[in-house]
Amino acid sequence: MSNVPVELKYAKTHEYARVNDDGSVTVGISDSAQDQLGDMVFIELPEVGQTLAAAEACAVVESVKAASDVYAPVGGEVVEVNEALVDSPETVNQDTYGEGWLFRLQPADVAEMASLMDAEAYEEFLASEVH
Amino acid sequence: MNPTTRPRWQPCKYIHPQERFATANGFFTAGVSRLRSAPAEDIDGKTNMLIFEHSHTGRRALAQSPQLNADVSDIPVDFLRTEAPGMPEVSELQVVRHYTRLSQKNFSIDTQFYPLGSCTMKYNPRACNTLAMLPGFLARHPHAPVSMGQGFLACMYELQEMLKDVTGMKAVTLTPAAGAQGEFTGVAMIRAYHDANGDTVRNEILVPDAAHGTNPATAVMCGYKVHEIPTDRQGDVDMEALRAAVGPQTAGIMLTNPSTLGVFERRIKEIADLIHEAGGLLYYDGANLNAILGKVRPGDMGFDVIHMNLHKTFSTPHGGGGPGAGPVGVSKRLEPFIPLPVVGHDGDEYYWITEDVRPQSIGRLSAFMGNAGVLMRAYIYARMLGREGMHRVADFATLNANYLMARLTEAGFQVAYPGRRATHEFIVTLKRQQKELGITAMDFAKRLLDYNFHAPTTYFPLLVPECLLIEPTETETREELDAFVEAMIKIQQEAENSPELLKEAPHTQPVRRLDEVRAAKQLDLVWSA
Repeated sequence: MSNVPVELKYAKTHEYARVNDDGSVTVGISDSAQDQLGDMVFIELPEVGQTLAAAEACAVVESVKAASDVYAPVGGEVVEVNEALVDSPETVNQDTYGEGWLFRLQPADVAEMASLMDAEAYEEFLASEVH
Repeated sequence: MNPTTRPRWQPCKYIHPQERFATANGFFTAGVSRLRSAPAEDIDGKTNMLIFEHSHTGRRALAQSPQLNADVSDIPVDFLRTEAPGMPEVSELQVVRHYTRLSQKNFSIDTQFYPLGSCTMKYNPRACNTLAMLPGFLARHPHAPVSMGQGFLACMYELQEMLKDVTGMKAVTLTPAAGAQGEFTGVAMIRAYHDANGDTVRNEILVPDAAHGTNPATAVMCGYKVHEIPTDRQGDVDMEALRAAVGPQTAGIMLTNPSTLGVFERRIKEIADLIHEAGGLLYYDGANLNAILGKVRPGDMGFDVIHMNLHKTFSTPHGGGGPGAGPVGVSKRLEPFIPLPVVGHDGDEYYWITEDVRPQSIGRLSAFMGNAGVLMRAYIYARMLGREGMHRVADFATLNANYLMARLTEAGFQVAYPGRRATHEFIVTLKRQQKELGITAMDFAKRLLDYNFHAPTTYFPLLVPECLLIEPTETETREELDAFVEAMIKIQQEAENSPELLKEAPHTQPVRRLDEVRAAKQLDLVWSA
């Protein structure tokens, strides 16, 4: 079973969102997503200062199998990106919930967080996917 | 040459199968006969050398060398080189040995079963090659006057006519040089059509999530936004999502039918009506045309434009880079926009149709007639099949796929869409093996190489995890299909009893398991001394 930390929220497109103490939201891809994609070779990050709408494609994770868009789980302004991933994309495979985070957002509307799944719902969602 | 520059890549260390497989249960009793013969150990260091590394100053092979006393008086002095190019200096025997060794490393349709799904790796009849190489075709200069190329033009005209006939389209252009360029041509014509109608608000192309990656890429290249449509549980386009997505912004939809999931899109008529009612057009990705050739026509399904991969369906070579050919067929409403040149026939003579007749053409995709030599091979292939033969391609391609699917199902493999009849290809998912044994589709694929089979397509389509997309084509015998099933069964047993055999596969190839991350990140394509 993949690792689904209870303190995080999840999007149907397999991003996780962590609310930090300062109100910003750290975004990465779930353990299940990194496992499905396999070994990462390139990561393309959004730009700091970029304003994103919820569900907007804003980053690309490319593995040996496929290149996939990453969507913003909530709307907001990008305040930090994880530059270290450009040189070592494999960090996403090794520690997606820790050092493998992709970017940090200042959400425009915190209420949007409510549309995301909690850990239990995300686990059910993973189990229900056709394949 | 400086010897210290030599080990650009390390010669692979070959381990004899007997050492490596000694512990594998029953391996020798059943499996050994299929094992690929082992490459000779690289004791002398020559097996993996480049031709440049064989070079020795002053050594010559003159038998096939070009004349060195050519008249260059008409070349401006500025353009003449002053020193000889850095060609390898080797003996004739060295050249023969070097390239013969290289050819023995090939894994190709001429040597192995090659069930690479979505690629249609069928046999390329030798006759097509022989006839396309007749001196009259080979030596024809593209600038030669039309009167001197009537034979070639007749062949191209007839190929256009045959492709029109078998796809149900109004006109065909042969010039796109490959499938991707064919796609670009098709969507560029959709755009030209809407633009000509002053219909410029349409900015979206619908693409099912099962599509080839080239489809959304093409739409973007033509300036459209991509709207992805999900697939339902049976592998068809999700009609509810499609209805919700279609609107006045819809320029068209790009569909592969049968889809990459190896099933026929059953509600194609309904989809076509829905798109047409909204003012959009339908694009047919011909990647899977082999499944329906001569049986059903995309034109009759309601498609407005189709590209064909001649290097798939019409059996022209596409190993080692092809080149390909991606002719495009169009319905009446797109005919004015067709790229040129197209060959016309006035009942007497063949001629080039040019911009005078087709002022709205989207332009030219190649300076001349595209990959003319490839088109010739496809023409000869089509002529050899005839109309009666064409549907037999689809008959046997689907029969072979369904036979393989049934036998693999019987052997305990899980197919992705068990309730559906396979088209010319089908998907096996190794999700269970991955969960229970930690064995991935890639491990299975690599191990198949040891059994002398080219691996099926892996990890495509993206919708199905740990998948193998298997396409046997119509040119394989039942014995070959049976041997493939036996290999799959044995590999399954190995996965259960000695998984390291799969994890470390291939064991018998000139190159062992690649570090794919490094291969993707640190491309090393150019040799330098």
